Amino acid sequence: MNPVDAVAGDGAAEEVGATAAADAVVLRGVSKHFNTGRKGTVHALDDVDLTIRRGEFVSLIGPSGCGKSTLLRLIANLIEPTAGEVVVNGKPARQARRDQDYGMAFQQAGLFDWRTVARNVELPLEMKGWDKARRRERSAEMLRMVKLDDFGRHMPWQLSGGMQQRVAIARALASHPPLLLMDEPFGALDEMTREHMQAELLSICASQGTTVVFVTHSIPEAVYLSDRVVVMSARPGRITEIVPIGLGAGRDDATRDRPEFFAGVTAVREALRGVEGMAAMGGVDDR
Amino acid sequence: MNPPSALARSAKRVVMFALAIGLVVVAWELYRNLGPDKGGKVFGWTVLPKANARVMPSVADILGRFADPLGRGGEAMWWFLTKSAWYTLQLAFLGFLIGSLLGIGLAVVMSRLRIFERALMPYLVISQTVPLIALAPLIAGWGGKLSLFGWEWQRWTSVVTMGVFLSFFPVALGTLRGLKSAPAASVELMDSLAAPWRVTLVKLRFPAAVPHMVPALKLGAAGAVIGVIVGEISVGLRGGVGRPIIEFARQFSSDPAKVYTAILAAAVVGLVMAMLVSAFDAFLMRRRPKEAVA
Repeated sequence: MNPVDAVAGDGAAEEVGATAAADAVVLRGVSKHFNTGRKGTVHALDDVDLTIRRGEFVSLIGPSGCGKSTLLRLIANLIEPTAGEVVVNGKPARQARRDQDYGMAFQQAGLFDWRTVARNVELPLEMKGWDKARRRERSAEMLRMVKLDDFGRHMPWQLSGGMQQRVAIARALASHPPLLLMDEPFGALDEMTREHMQAELLSICASQGTTVVFVTHSIPEAVYLSDRVVVMSARPGRITEIVPIGLGAGRDDATRDRPEFFAGVTAVREALRGVEGMAAMGGVDDR
Repeated sequence: MNPPSALARSAKRVVMFALAIGLVVVAWELYRNLGPDKGGKVFGWTVLPKANARVMPSVADILGRFADPLGRGGEAMWWFLTKSAWYTLQLAFLGFLIGSLLGIGLAVVMSRLRIFERALMPYLVISQTVPLIALAPLIAGWGGKLSLFGWEWQRWTSVVTMGVFLSFFPVALGTLRGLKSAPAASVELMDSLAAPWRVTLVKLRFPAAVPHMVPALKLGAAGAVIGVIVGEISVGLRGGVGRPIIEFARQFSSDPAKVYTAILAAAVVGLVMAMLVSAFDAFLMRRRPKEAVA
């Protein structure tokens, strides 16, 4: 897929510079089957290859059951692949998880009700063993970044849904991980808040140089945010097409009116149409 | 939007509590005085015959007994019962404390691995289906015969044991349910942070369990009171309210009002225990959303 498929050795890589730097995420021949060996084996993912470059914003989109969330969880090492290899930040996924090389945000903000907003943001830092002063400083910085400076001492339930999701993003990025994994993070938000959050997410990730893997089922969202949109099919979960989006940096509200945006939406929609036809056939053919 | 102050809220609760008691007293007295003499039907409802002073002594009678001296020239009844209630409260609290710790410990073990839950749960259920009365003589028999690390098993220890026995089970069930109630996304979050099991337990599972634990602790507190009182009676331990309950009950035919004094004393012990749990609850949940409180 990607010609620069270099998962470089560590030593010399730094001198050579950007080209040799390890890719953010590399998946090689990854399969995930549930209920293996039993009658109802589910091929959630079958033989998936995908390489995500550093600083890239990649969306995963597809019909439900196409394994996009499974793929995200494999990258996060929340589940182990049945076959294949997952490399994150140049290391095995398990090591990357141990090193907190990624932050994660879900559809539900999932803030802890019993912690203040600031202490929710500090959770990953506690795991890293940071002392209190350093945690305070970082959480204040993160809350400034998501424009919630004055809410550190509030409790999560005192915040609106959009604000809670911003806290969740601040928490995911608190330890400045190079990779952000998001599973439909804006799915529960209203359309206005959602578009606002998308713009904010882009500017935050651009400022930190964060790589993002973003699961969504909204075509405009995927197109607006991504450098590449990965279109997946169900049963078995596979990547059917990767649609490059050429919207460039500095996207804003006007971007949604540009012809390139509509072209992207059309391209992804067509790729998905093909998928649905295939999925239907696959369903008949299978069992 | 001005929320009422803490003082105003607690004042309101005291008033409501007094009102609730007043209502029961009024209903009691109304029925004593206005109930039909030979029973019958009121608006189609069958009503039992009007109770006499033996079955339903008047509230004034019962309260009067508190002022009477206990026996000939003894101390006042209210003072005697206050001391008894205090003694029982201490035993019940100890039983509740040990029972809760035991219950929480069991819940943690069972939540750790499903196989532990499968292995332990049948025994826990069986332990609760065996009536306490059947076990009481056994536990009472440990008195003076058992010694742990040079410490002699006391009769009151048997009583506390029965309090433990009736309190650990609801606490174990409630805590287990609570520990499992942490949202899947939060558990995944802790996993994504590579948090060890112990850290997830302390930072996520226990805080998430509190709303489930509070009703369980209330049941456990009530269980401890019952266990301790039954224990006092079966072991024959003096000093608590168990003894007056059984002794006054023997005088039921001659002095029915007296029985109620001991029953009220036991009720007060239960009430104080419930209040302790409520205070614990209010403290832990002080910064949580109010509607989440079950």
